[in-house]
Amino acid sequence: MSDLVLEVKNLRKEYGKKVAVEDVSFVANRAEVVGLLGPNGAGKTTAIQILLGLVTPTSGTVNIFGMAIQKERVKILQRCNFSSAYIWLPDNLKVRENLNVFASLYQVKNPKKKIDELLQMFEISHLANTLTGKLSSGESTRLNLCKSLLNDPEMLMLDEPTASLDPDIADKVRKLIVKIQKEKNMTVLYTSHNMKDVQEMCNRVVFMQLGKVRAEGTPNQILEQFNQKSLEDVFISIARGGDIVEKEEE
Amino acid sequence: MSIARIKGLLLRYYYCYSRSTFRILDIVFWPVMDLLVWGFLTMYMLKVNGSVPGVFTFLIGSVIMWNVLYRAQQAVSVSFLEDVWSRNFINIFVAPVRTFEFVAATCISGLLQSVCVSLIMIPLAYWFYQYNFGMLGYCMIPFFINLLLMGWTIGLVTTAVIIRWGHQAEALAWAIPFLIQPICCVFYPVDVLPAWLRAISLCVPATYVFEGMRTVLKGGSFAAKDLAMSVVLNIVYALLAAFLFEYLFNEARKNGKLTKMNT
Repeated sequence: MSDLVLEVKNLRKEYGKKVAVEDVSFVANRAEVVGLLGPNGAGKTTAIQILLGLVTPTSGTVNIFGMAIQKERVKILQRCNFSSAYIWLPDNLKVRENLNVFASLYQVKNPKKKIDELLQMFEISHLANTLTGKLSSGESTRLNLCKSLLNDPEMLMLDEPTASLDPDIADKVRKLIVKIQKEKNMTVLYTSHNMKDVQEMCNRVVFMQLGKVRAEGTPNQILEQFNQKSLEDVFISIARGGDIVEKEEE
Repeated sequence: MSIARIKGLLLRYYYCYSRSTFRILDIVFWPVMDLLVWGFLTMYMLKVNGSVPGVFTFLIGSVIMWNVLYRAQQAVSVSFLEDVWSRNFINIFVAPVRTFEFVAATCISGLLQSVCVSLIMIPLAYWFYQYNFGMLGYCMIPFFINLLLMGWTIGLVTTAVIIRWGHQAEALAWAIPFLIQPICCVFYPVDVLPAWLRAISLCVPATYVFEGMRTVLKGGSFAAKDLAMSVVLNIVYALLAAFLFEYLFNEARKNGKLTKMNT
């Protein structure tokens, strides 16, 4: 079986005259955690929306598990999942009801067992019969993560999953994601503005700015390329228009 | 197509409606109010001037039948809006759900709501006015199916328009059926319309149903030709609505409006 899970080639998305994503290419391999980073307006969200089949690219291709998202959306999405701090589950349904609905949509076998396992794993079993609207933002994030793991996805896309969490819960969630990712050999595409998260979790990062890929490599390679001490400094440097420092210049 | 996924979507609507008294009231309240207002108004008119033969049976029958169409349309459009309002829309469409399955679930929800509303209105009509809906006999079945199909079609068009024009077009979910109501002659015969509007009215499937209902209530029989016309028109419009929905949904994917529905 090929190790290549995600292959994005020359992706371009135009909204009228505005180019949101320009000639973006990157890959993600099995069991790899790839960070998709960049300042606001860099094109990360548009890129993820294209990967999920929510937005049609102007040109370029996205292949996941060797299949084109445009043609095999349902087959691909059956094996993927997504969680975002900015997308909620219906607040008028109870926690277990929301998970029941999505277990049906992903055709999870033995849904009750799976839901119980996930609720326990994220320490929200006691909230199973609570209305989703009554959860705190940390609890909602954990519920979203439960939803995103219902189908044991081979590829998980996480959009700022720890954005609304306090440092303690964020740390727990991060460790849990890493644990599950390692246990299941899952590929994770991770966007975050928290560079500590990224440095701790990602095997490789893709830095985007103004719709283009500005840098790509392991966190250490990126630090070296930009001659910075932390990814946070790289982030600030890129956001303020800094460039890769050529080796010869050092 | 996956039955399990359609069941999953229906489960979501079931949880949503069973939890909310206001949503149930919204489904039941307006049809019952229609029945009461039209029913008592008709009784009053009969007392003042009872010269229009059969007016009572026509109007009560029309109110019940109109609500079949209206509930079917509302279920399709409002089920979609439920996901938009709860910002769950993206979660549904990043799950392996086919557009057809989503539409099928909203249509089944429409069928169930139409049946429930009819099952409430028919006994109420009998209780308040001794109105026997069974007078329509077996014609009830083709009438019901045609109105249901037209309700689904209008619901699908409404949803497509909302996807295309976004939140600002949400009010159309409630407005569009009432734009069609005067044209499809729910409460009066088609020949009261001016000639130019009559021509338009005869292009609407529901017109044949309401005309047919009045004929049956007058003791006549529903002409097979009219039934066939209604079915053919319904099928043509349903296919056109499906194409329009597919087209506007794909356009929304191209111009990013689909993801904007979640904001």
